[in-house]
Amino acid sequence: MMTAQNAAASSNAATSEPADARLVAPADAGAAGPPPRPRGTNRAPLWRRTASSRTALLFLAPGFLLFLGLIVYPMVRAFQMSFYDWNIVAGSVSRFTGFANYTRAFHDPVFWRAAANSGVYMAFTVPPQIVLGFLVATLLNNKAPGRALFRVLFYLPVVTSWVVVSLLFQYLFADSGLVNWMLHDVTHVTSQPTSWLAGRWTGMVAVSALGVWKGVGWSMVIFLAALQGVSKELLEAAEMDGAGAWHRFRAVTLPAVRPALLFVTVMLVIGGFNVFTSVLLMTGGGPADSTQVLLTYMYQQAFKNLDFGYGSSIAVLLTLFVFVLSVVQLRVFRGDAEEAA
Amino acid sequence: MTTLSPTALAPARSTRSRRRATGQAVRYLVLAVGAVIMLLPFAYMLSTSFKSQAYVLTLPPQFIPHPATVSNYTGAWSSHDFARYFVNSLIVAACTTVLSLLLSSMMAYAFARFAFPGRELLYKTLLLGLMIPAMMLIIPQFVLAKYLGLLDSLAGLVVFYVGGSLPLNTFLLRGFFAAIPKELEQAMTVDGAGAWTRYRRLILPLAKPALATATIFTFLASWDEFAWSLTIINTPSKQTLPLAIALFQGENSTLWGLVFAASVIAVVPVIVVFLLFQRYFVQGLTAGAVKG
Repeated sequence: MMTAQNAAASSNAATSEPADARLVAPADAGAAGPPPRPRGTNRAPLWRRTASSRTALLFLAPGFLLFLGLIVYPMVRAFQMSFYDWNIVAGSVSRFTGFANYTRAFHDPVFWRAAANSGVYMAFTVPPQIVLGFLVATLLNNKAPGRALFRVLFYLPVVTSWVVVSLLFQYLFADSGLVNWMLHDVTHVTSQPTSWLAGRWTGMVAVSALGVWKGVGWSMVIFLAALQGVSKELLEAAEMDGAGAWHRFRAVTLPAVRPALLFVTVMLVIGGFNVFTSVLLMTGGGPADSTQVLLTYMYQQAFKNLDFGYGSSIAVLLTLFVFVLSVVQLRVFRGDAEEAA
Repeated sequence: MTTLSPTALAPARSTRSRRRATGQAVRYLVLAVGAVIMLLPFAYMLSTSFKSQAYVLTLPPQFIPHPATVSNYTGAWSSHDFARYFVNSLIVAACTTVLSLLLSSMMAYAFARFAFPGRELLYKTLLLGLMIPAMMLIIPQFVLAKYLGLLDSLAGLVVFYVGGSLPLNTFLLRGFFAAIPKELEQAMTVDGAGAWTRYRRLILPLAKPALATATIFTFLASWDEFAWSLTIINTPSKQTLPLAIALFQGENSTLWGLVFAASVIAVVPVIVVFLLFQRYFVQGLTAGAVKG
């Protein structure tokens, strides 16, 4: 009776009790009788092991197959497409062109400008996010009243959609917008209103301002968590020994938060390469491609010019660049950690 | 207790405490300035969403809308179809979250609790997905979606959002599952519970905080997603909120009141969720950082 039930269970194992079914009714036990109890002591574990492997694979399969199909396969495909003059139109043939897309990128001034702009964006956004995020985290670290409120306020931009804040900043940086009013009409810092989004550098400044404003709360939260790990006893001992605030920071706080610092740096650099929505919506990469970053240029090549091969080669170059950069940063980080240990 | 007056200690500490007080004042001043910079754009957006078209870009700017109007909200919600986009976003985000949580928690359980050949390799492959940003795959994913007939459909959004969210959620949940004491599971096994029962009756209930974190992150990520929906959705009635707002602004570059009324409609649920569940946000964010 038990066996019959288990046999039934194993047929729809994915929905009911896979482990049970597998444990009691292994593959070779198609016979009606109860599965023979293992006699040798070392047979049971092997038995169990294959059964548990099969259970694990049942749990793993649906998600992992989806992951393979939707993420890993496109990764391979992006690489392959970058060697083709790819044609998306039905019925037309895609031509293998070797490294043509890469040499084209190499000789394409807009590609280089886009790469430079991505670098500019990182230079404008990564250091301020680290410094300001750390500053706010330090100010909020002690159990000051109102700490929870400030943490929420600084984190609000992080949870707000990129589309909304991009349009919001486009509005703030409009010719007769709030920023120009502040800089020109109120404080007279600028002698005339600036057309922020109509020039390369001013456009990059506006986009970067958004990046910093939106990102500070994120690095703040990471640093706040890291600061919890700084030893209060060590800080007090250092103070007793007459170490000044700067010295205490250098000798006690900084080593303790170093892993978080490097984590934040790696993530921000990757995030900097990934800037897309804000540029697309605020400047559209214009005027005349002057504010293109790598991703907006890739997107334009692929989905406006329908040049999927060239777009893919830009994506591959970007991926390689991000990958190499994170590996280098992690190396530095590991070296540091060993040095500290 | 009351015999020792605190003021008795005051003279010795007075200079120090005064310096402390000044320090506190500076601290709150800096924090307040920062908070104003964080909040001002939101406040201004909210204000503009109540202005009629004639007042959206005046100099000097209007901070308090006068005359105030709700016509942007009624217009966005009914005549500009934002009610439908709201529902579309809700459907997509809910389906994505349920599917992703189910699949990733099953994977996390397998990785955390079973020894099987190739486990490390499979897990590392999955982590590779954490390192590849979504935008890098958008071209081949578009070709794939076209081949699968998923272009211009909400299903096409859900399927690829789920795929993209699996690595992070599995990573997050695996860490939590692994920390659940093995003895509990062994006790259940002795009582004859199979793996599915243990997963459903023991692991999932105990992992509620981690599941909450994963839920919030997945829901918000799909609620806010823009690039993929921009790429595959053509039919206006299938747009989600971020896409609809961006395209609406692109066509009516000066109708800021309407754009921001729609934006407020999109952002308010996010802010409410964030305020209610903030501690889960922090948990999710720091999970990666603390591990190093």
